[in-house]
Amino acid sequence: MNILVFLESDGSVKKSSLEALAYAHKTAEALGGGAITAVIAGPTTTDLGSLGGYGVQKVLHADDGAFVQVDIMTSAAVLKQAIAISNPDLVVLAKSSLVDAMAPRVAAATGAALATNVVDLPVLNNGVLTVKRSIYTGKAFSDVALNATLRILTVKKGAATGFEPNSATTIVESLSVSLSGSDKALTSKGTEKATGEILLPEADLVVSGGRGLKGPENWGLITDLAKTLGAATACSKPVSDLDWRPHHEHVGQTGIKVSPSLYIAAGISGAIQHVAGISSSKCIVAINSDPEAPIFKVADYGIVGDVFKILPALNQALK
Amino acid sequence: MKILVCITHVPDTTTKISFTPDGKEFNAAGVTFIIGPYDDFALARAIELKEAQGGSVTALNVGLAETEPTLRKALAIGADDAIRINVNPTDAWQVAQEIAAVCKAEQYDLILMGRESIDHNGGQVHGMVGELLGIPSVAPVMRLDVVGGLATVSKEIEGGKEVIEVNLPLVAGCQEPIAEWKIPNMRGIMGARTKPLKVVEPTVTATSTTVQQFSLPPAKGACKMIAADNVAELVDLLRNEAKVL
Repeated sequence: MNILVFLESDGSVKKSSLEALAYAHKTAEALGGGAITAVIAGPTTTDLGSLGGYGVQKVLHADDGAFVQVDIMTSAAVLKQAIAISNPDLVVLAKSSLVDAMAPRVAAATGAALATNVVDLPVLNNGVLTVKRSIYTGKAFSDVALNATLRILTVKKGAATGFEPNSATTIVESLSVSLSGSDKALTSKGTEKATGEILLPEADLVVSGGRGLKGPENWGLITDLAKTLGAATACSKPVSDLDWRPHHEHVGQTGIKVSPSLYIAAGISGAIQHVAGISSSKCIVAINSDPEAPIFKVADYGIVGDVFKILPALNQALK
Repeated sequence: MKILVCITHVPDTTTKISFTPDGKEFNAAGVTFIIGPYDDFALARAIELKEAQGGSVTALNVGLAETEPTLRKALAIGADDAIRINVNPTDAWQVAQEIAAVCKAEQYDLILMGRESIDHNGGQVHGMVGELLGIPSVAPVMRLDVVGGLATVSKEIEGGKEVIEVNLPLVAGCQEPIAEWKIPNMRGIMGARTKPLKVVEPTVTATSTTVQQFSLPPAKGACKMIAADNVAELVDLLRNEAKVL
């Protein structure tokens, strides 16, 4: 099975993209080998040759000045071009805001079968590739058969674990993509991004606060603990609705879905819509003054008590 | 401005999800169906744009007759008319092709929908419709303004947002806080009964994926409770039992 992996760069190649490479490597291994090609658009500080350590045979780099802007339309054009060149059986992308919007365009253009939110390695059954997807916002799974000769997967964090790259290197080729007028339809007028913070969707540790924190002036309790742990900060929907915290920190049914190793929920009651966003966390700690709060039904560890005392004590104990 | 809003007919967000014993079908017994929450945001913004600038809002669903109450709700909220494409779709590719077929005939300026449905969470239809129509698509859109033929959208990115300008026609997959949800009033509900709801027969049958099996996550073990004055024990458990630190 020949695999093409689409990489994103955020300065350097994103951690989630490296996980997509690990996913491709493990898939090739499980399904009897095949070549792995990677494609990336725009500038990056990563030494792309070093991606050979993931078993990549070739990296296609679209960065010839045409890529002043990597967006939904231009990256779709790059991926279509890379598919035409490398003729893969399978395309793997790490789920992200760019990939979520771009992959369906590529599937529609190429006639590929697309599965999003994939949580595990694919299985080959009588020539039909089947994947497990997360559905009903983390409340269930579906096994989906991909009925086309080209398949595209967007994979969630944690879909492939336990892979360490070696020191092999690979060749990097320039990919020339001519962009049509419609490929250049989007004009970026700038981004607003929290700087110096750990990005929530990719975070391995998350400290999250709810209405139990009583107001934005108390958020130091959350950010201090997050700083000690090296964790990302998050919040429940009421907190972002009240503008105590920005929307990009809102975890839940209509917000960000996280899958960290550790999710600490402080002053969050655990409404079903919040739980939907955290259910694929490996370990959940709940701190709440109400022993009947539903969050304790989904938590692995719980403390009933005052968040204003417990959070500083926990911070101290971790230092 | 001529606006199409594609809505999904999905289980209420508080639904306890279950499947038939063989894991082949969703168990809809006792389940309340709603307009998808993301689609509801898209619909609210479409109505705001129409009220400010004139034009029309059409609500569309790809589904069988059982989805008509959901379309009537969209009419009660303020859509002018509705289209139901009469097929029970099995995947996003099928839905996207049906929507694109309607759009080719109708030439909408804006095609709005939620960023994803809350049942299958595919998030595929907006991009596929854009590609099939050869027009741009953007998602997830948190703000949408239109002046003349130019749309300014604010799109969520990891850890922030990006502002993008794009000419119409455009497909947008929407999410909050693009608009406040609108609750239908009595006048809207009465009026919705007589607004046109057109049933269109499907044009395509091609699908590219098949669901073989549904399953639920394994049941969670009991929560281990720790005394409020003993956070050291919690730290020890996280380090040595859960091994997450």
